[in-house]
Amino acid sequence: MNVTSLPARRASNRAVERYLLTATGLVGFVVLWYASVKWLPIDAFNRLPDPLSVVVEWTSPDPDYGISIFTADYYTHIFYSTYRALAAFFLAVILGVPLGIMMGWKKSVRSYASSLLGLLRPVPPLAWVPIAILMFPGVELAVIFVTFLVAFFATTMNTLVGVKAIPEDYFRAASCFGASDRDVLWDIVIPGAMPSIFTGLQIAMGAAWFSLAAGEMIAAQYGLGFIIWEAYNLIQYPTIVIGMATLGLVGYVSSSIVRWFGKRLMVWHEQKLGMAG
Amino acid sequence: MRSAQGALVGTNLAKTYHVKDQPPVEVLKDCSFEFEPAMLNVVMGTSGCGKSTLAHMLAGYVRPDEGTLTIDGVPITDAGPDRLMVFQETALWPWMTVEENVIFGPLSRGGSRSKAVAASNDLLQRFGLGDFKDKYPGQLSGGMMRRAELAQALVNSPKVMILDEPFRGLDVMTRELMQEYYIKLFEDTRLSTVFITAELEEALFLADRIYLMSDAPGRIVKIIDVDLPRPREISCTATKRYVELEQEALAALYAGQGEEANA
Repeated sequence: MNVTSLPARRASNRAVERYLLTATGLVGFVVLWYASVKWLPIDAFNRLPDPLSVVVEWTSPDPDYGISIFTADYYTHIFYSTYRALAAFFLAVILGVPLGIMMGWKKSVRSYASSLLGLLRPVPPLAWVPIAILMFPGVELAVIFVTFLVAFFATTMNTLVGVKAIPEDYFRAASCFGASDRDVLWDIVIPGAMPSIFTGLQIAMGAAWFSLAAGEMIAAQYGLGFIIWEAYNLIQYPTIVIGMATLGLVGYVSSSIVRWFGKRLMVWHEQKLGMAG
Repeated sequence: MRSAQGALVGTNLAKTYHVKDQPPVEVLKDCSFEFEPAMLNVVMGTSGCGKSTLAHMLAGYVRPDEGTLTIDGVPITDAGPDRLMVFQETALWPWMTVEENVIFGPLSRGGSRSKAVAASNDLLQRFGLGDFKDKYPGQLSGGMMRRAELAQALVNSPKVMILDEPFRGLDVMTRELMQEYYIKLFEDTRLSTVFITAELEEALFLADRIYLMSDAPGRIVKIIDVDLPRPREISCTATKRYVELEQEALAALYAGQGEEANA
């Protein structure tokens, strides 16, 4: 016989409750959407696609406007967007994490870089598009560059904050044990900043997707941002929502993957939080 | 037992902190002492009297403005593994297991891993942490963390241990347990020690010699030889001699405050 302990049963009850609440939220949203499109006496809303027609279009083997889960085009667009987002993201990690670490650890590097970053960071990604197109041979690199920028700032700043937040005593202890700079870097600075680095990477992943969509609307021939804008211009409204929903999904999945890696890398952090909570 | 090393001598030490837009704070002035090796030297003073500054100076993190500071006759210029400090707030690295924390020192000086692990196992066993070597600090209780930290310092065989209010922040029960742990450790090793505290009971129970500090700018105003027999048990705090020493210390403390009031 399967005997479940009381706390375990309580925990599983709570899990069921959470799923129910999540489902209620989603269903509620869809109902509200349907109602506002179909029943609200506002012209602007009546033009919007209702959820049903979006789902029908999305899952149709022969979609009216050419994009559904049965068309190769759909996956080509997903592929292009994912490729750009990942390229930008990894570029941001490769450049942003080391820069953030050096800025946090060595005051001289911080002095060089911080005011420059402070000035460039508030510039919205879209404002970079024209310069990016002028700078790079071809639209592809320009879009990746714009996407990269936001991810890069998020990664660098969070890494910097993470290193600066490492208590001074951790460094003192290492130095009095006779640790070399290299030991300090690998055993104190990097693991100490890791939680904040991963926060930065999650933000970077999300930021990469939103600036990517913006870049693709303006300057690309493929990609989810492109089909959203294209569908708007061609009055293929359900396809707009297909593009948006797909962006949401791939964005969510990619952030989850980053989070999962972070958890695997920082067992100590999870356990510390577990003890605290 | 090792030959007695770790004599710390300070002569006329002075330190003033300058904070922008605020009057300078004189923390130490004319602070002189001779901490003998193989003794448990306790520095006692009220909070803010410059005890911590003194500890950081001994460890080599803070340089005196004036005066000289030597260990076995050699001037102290920098932090080093011959003088290890156990911190007020725990400084175990939370991302390393207890064992990784302990072997960090030996490894970073190029020691072999197997030797370091063996030494670490020895110490952790002795501190009752044998079963916890693969835990992370966040999974330990306050008292266990302090013990792990002691192990982390001791594994480096320092000449002197500097303990800056190591048991502060522990609850009373745990604190007394730690004091008993610690006094046994000291009596076993006779490792030269500077122990900083603000608690008279702790000072009297542990010390071979108590150095009373004045209020800031701090200097040593009185030395009390605590001649309670070793090994000590907590019951020694109920003896006549203990009470006499306590009276002597209290009188000195109040006299010091009177001096301040008159000044």
